[in-house]
Amino acid sequence: MNAKIITLLLLPLTASAQGFAGLGTGSGAFETPERPAIFDFPTDYGPHTDFRIEWWYLTANLQAEDGTPYGLQWTLFRSALAPVEGESWSSPQFWMGHAAVTTPDAHFVTERLARGGIGQAGVNADPFEAWIDDWQLVGTDFDTLEMTASGPDFAYDMGLTAQGPLVFHGDAGYSVKSEQGQASYYYSQPFYDISGRLTLPDGEVEVTGQAWLDREWSSQPLSDNQTGWDWFSLSLDTGKLMGFRLRQTDGSYYTSATWIALDGTATAYGDGAFVAEPVATTDVNGREIPTMWTVRLDAQGVDVDVYALNPQAWMDTSIPYWEGPIIVEGSHTGRGYLEMTGYD
Amino acid sequence: MQLFTLVVGLSLATALWSGVQAVNAEARASYDAAAETLGEGQFAQITSPTGEIAQNDYIRLRRAGWLVSPIVQGRLDGVLVIGLDPLTSPSGMGGPDLGEEGFAVDSLVGGAVLGQQSTLDRFNAENVNEIATPDVAPDLLLTDVGTAQRLLGREGIIDRMIVAPQQPIRQLPLQQVAPNLDLREPQSGSDVARLTDSFHLNLTAFGLLSFAVGIFIVHGAIGLAFEQRRPMIRTLRALGFPLRRLMVLIAAELLMISLMAGAIGVGLGYVVAAALLPDVAATLTGLYGASVSGTLQLRPEWWLSGLAIAVGGTGLASAASLWKLSRMPLLASAQPRAWGMRAVAARVWQAGLAVTLLLTALVLGLIGGGLIAGFAMLATLLVGAALALPVILDRLLAFGAKRAKSVMAQWFWADTRQQLPGLSLALMALLLAMAANVGVSTMVSSFRMTFTGFLDQRLASEFYVYADDADQAERLAAYLEPRVDQVLPIQSTTQDVKGMPSEIYGPTPHSTYRDNWVFLQSTPDAWAQIETAQGAAINEQLARRMGIEIGDEITLADEAFPVLGIYGDYGNPIGQVIVTQTAFAALFPDVRPERFGLRMDPANVPALAQDLRDAFGLADDNMVDQAGIKAFSLAVFDRTFTVTGALNVLTLAVAGFAILMSLLTLATMRLPQLAPVWAQGVTRARLGQLEIIRAVLLALLTAALALPLGLALAWTLLAVVNVEAFGWRLPMFLFPLDYLRLAVFAVAAAVLAALWPARKLGRTKPAELLKVFSNER
Repeated sequence: MNAKIITLLLLPLTASAQGFAGLGTGSGAFETPERPAIFDFPTDYGPHTDFRIEWWYLTANLQAEDGTPYGLQWTLFRSALAPVEGESWSSPQFWMGHAAVTTPDAHFVTERLARGGIGQAGVNADPFEAWIDDWQLVGTDFDTLEMTASGPDFAYDMGLTAQGPLVFHGDAGYSVKSEQGQASYYYSQPFYDISGRLTLPDGEVEVTGQAWLDREWSSQPLSDNQTGWDWFSLSLDTGKLMGFRLRQTDGSYYTSATWIALDGTATAYGDGAFVAEPVATTDVNGREIPTMWTVRLDAQGVDVDVYALNPQAWMDTSIPYWEGPIIVEGSHTGRGYLEMTGYD
Repeated sequence: MQLFTLVVGLSLATALWSGVQAVNAEARASYDAAAETLGEGQFAQITSPTGEIAQNDYIRLRRAGWLVSPIVQGRLDGVLVIGLDPLTSPSGMGGPDLGEEGFAVDSLVGGAVLGQQSTLDRFNAENVNEIATPDVAPDLLLTDVGTAQRLLGREGIIDRMIVAPQQPIRQLPLQQVAPNLDLREPQSGSDVARLTDSFHLNLTAFGLLSFAVGIFIVHGAIGLAFEQRRPMIRTLRALGFPLRRLMVLIAAELLMISLMAGAIGVGLGYVVAAALLPDVAATLTGLYGASVSGTLQLRPEWWLSGLAIAVGGTGLASAASLWKLSRMPLLASAQPRAWGMRAVAARVWQAGLAVTLLLTALVLGLIGGGLIAGFAMLATLLVGAALALPVILDRLLAFGAKRAKSVMAQWFWADTRQQLPGLSLALMALLLAMAANVGVSTMVSSFRMTFTGFLDQRLASEFYVYADDADQAERLAAYLEPRVDQVLPIQSTTQDVKGMPSEIYGPTPHSTYRDNWVFLQSTPDAWAQIETAQGAAINEQLARRMGIEIGDEITLADEAFPVLGIYGDYGNPIGQVIVTQTAFAALFPDVRPERFGLRMDPANVPALAQDLRDAFGLADDNMVDQAGIKAFSLAVFDRTFTVTGALNVLTLAVAGFAILMSLLTLATMRLPQLAPVWAQGVTRARLGQLEIIRAVLLALLTAALALPLGLALAWTLLAVVNVEAFGWRLPMFLFPLDYLRLAVFAVAAAVLAALWPARKLGRTKPAELLKVFSNER
């Protein structure tokens, strides 16, 4: 099938839509997140077909025995045309998987697409199982998971064990994204220890590190005047920081952050508290992408410089974006992940 | 005059070339879309011996790391419906270009069906959203897998899977995931492409040949132009006009003329193409099932290729003349006799080259294999023969001269021989045109005879009835039983046999088959053994392509059958296997017959058809009487003949024109030789007559040589190229009357071409002839 049809198929995600990847599209018949956010586990590990979009988004900072740093991504997106699940091929649910491994000088990325309703991709809440084709993120419970993915030039097999509690962003999991009130349900498990094996063109590498899993669902998380976001997850010596900056058409930003203490206690910060500013850009695939930043959260005394482990961590997928491991220096030191969208 | 010959020659050459190219391009464009959509050729596929794959197997393969994409296909309302999953289809599979607007995934999942408007008009399914687009092949509808399953009543079932070219670095072996499925490597070309390529090849050969002939004309015309201008050029040069500027001016003039002639040629080519296309389309559809829309679109590539070939051809033809001009001594004059002497030397290496090429053709014919070798053989044969022609003619003429008694006859032979170098290009063109016509006529006629004979064998039943489903088929059989002599159920399924997609048939034992299915090779008593389920018969395609011989075993649904017979199956792109009905029922218990051949009195066919319409509501499409099929097949061949015939006439006309141009060129140069003959008392009228006799003589000799060449060509096409392209060999039949007719055409063309120069010669003013003696040349 030519690229055009794929593009057309992803139309609800891309072209016709407002904002990045259609995330600003009006929610229509879909449910919208409401306050107060009440979660019910294990059900809420699974999919919410009443909502338009949803993701299971895992990133990890890894290290080989020789000290070489690596980054890893495993993501499953769900995108629905209608707020129902249908029989077999008539299902309006679409699934998209992205997997990547980043080394200091290479970035491996691959993508899978699947229709819902036929068993090729999906998520079960209990026992937890998220899969697309041969990729999977699976465990008896959410705290102990096995994870695999493979592409034409790489693969990985990892094991994950949670060392802390789930963390709920914004107002107990109700995460506001704009002044107009667009919001999503958003929680994370930022405390996974991860270890396993990367299979790369140069051979296999045993790695260990920390992983961060985001769960988020919504029907219109962005307002029409928002064109993309810069999202940071930082694992620092004194705690963890999630912060994002939504770029708006008038040049202003909407920011939000969560400070996560080492025991998992979360403190949410609304618009303006979190500040992220590009310091330098890199030419990536013909685009100017900011790959060095200063990040501040004054309330927690955070004032750090952040730079990409590999500035060329471009996700050349049907919806392209930048996603890669970062190194943190300044008031705090540590590692993390950076995602930047809407730089087309 | 010069302008006329140049423009006409170039236009004709370009017209034939671009006309044929246009027809080819149009036909290809039409069915390429179909072949690409099917994903055949460029992708490996996974198929099932039973012809059906459970959708669960597809999911299991995906979950085992196989990047495969499902295809569901079937016929509905006489239209091929193909369902695919756009999300997993490998990029590179040609889908329609739908534009950005008006189409979204929800309409696809919601049952959108894409096709040409004419196809959609014939399609009567409910609950579909029809979207017309010209980018889908005729008679084809594209839709989502799910929609196709629903329309075809095949929920949970897919027909095959396309394997993406790039697979992940690890996946479970197919044997482990789905041992019941087969992986088939990508084919070098689709079945349709392979079949129709042969047809296109014929057309292209014609086009190229015509163009070659055209280039001969242009060469002649340019030679004439230079010859006539020689005095002027000499004068200009003597007056001090720089050579370089002169050449640039001439080249610019030629460029302009060639562009103009090229434009005219492309225009004419469009007319030729428009006239031929409906017949070509019908031929391709009828013979190979390749759908071609009968309408012509003006594609920019014709204009470009037409003009390029006109300019390039002119360049080629004028290069020698320009080169000669640049080397011409200032005061040199035309010296035909000296040129004739020099031609002798040239002829030696020409003869050597001709022998080498013909030997190469022979070697290729003996040891070569593959389509490429077949084509190479064709090329070496044609070029070698063309090069050999002047040498052979020269020998023949020398022989004639030796036998001549009178002085006049001796002069005639010698003069003819001297003209040979000037005429040889035109005669080569005539030889090629005539040989190609003999070859292609033989091929097409042999094909027609074989095929119609085959139809008699294969469509032995008088009447064929197709049920809409298996249940209706059962009721039909019961209804028909008392009304006809014999009901022969036809049941078939598809599976891969030794890697080749094949249809498996399970006919009921009946004398119809024993009497009519003629084996090319078989064991003694083959039918008797097949009828007792001891073996199978296969078609020639399967035998040849997969190297299966009598006695070899093939596997059908996991059971082995020895091959007892091989039968001819002309025009079928895929393999075919016949086992007896009881064996078939045991192998494929789920397949029930939905078609019947009925043995009956042909006179009762119309009445029975009416009964079936009334009792079962059967559509006319569901009933075929044998006479109808035969009439249709013959009509298809007649259309093929129309195409071939038109090209015959056109190529011969071009060759005739080449002769005319050569004679005109020679006429001017020959005055110095004719003047003494005239001075000795031979009248101008007599000289003119001799010119015509000469043309007839040369045309006859050339035609005589063209016949064996044409037959060699036909043999190569039938026994080498056809086997490689189609997988079966056509018996060759000879058609002496056709050849005679062609020879008459060739001579007529030569006479027509000689008429004008002869008349001109007959009316040359005596003063002109006298001038030869006064001019100090």
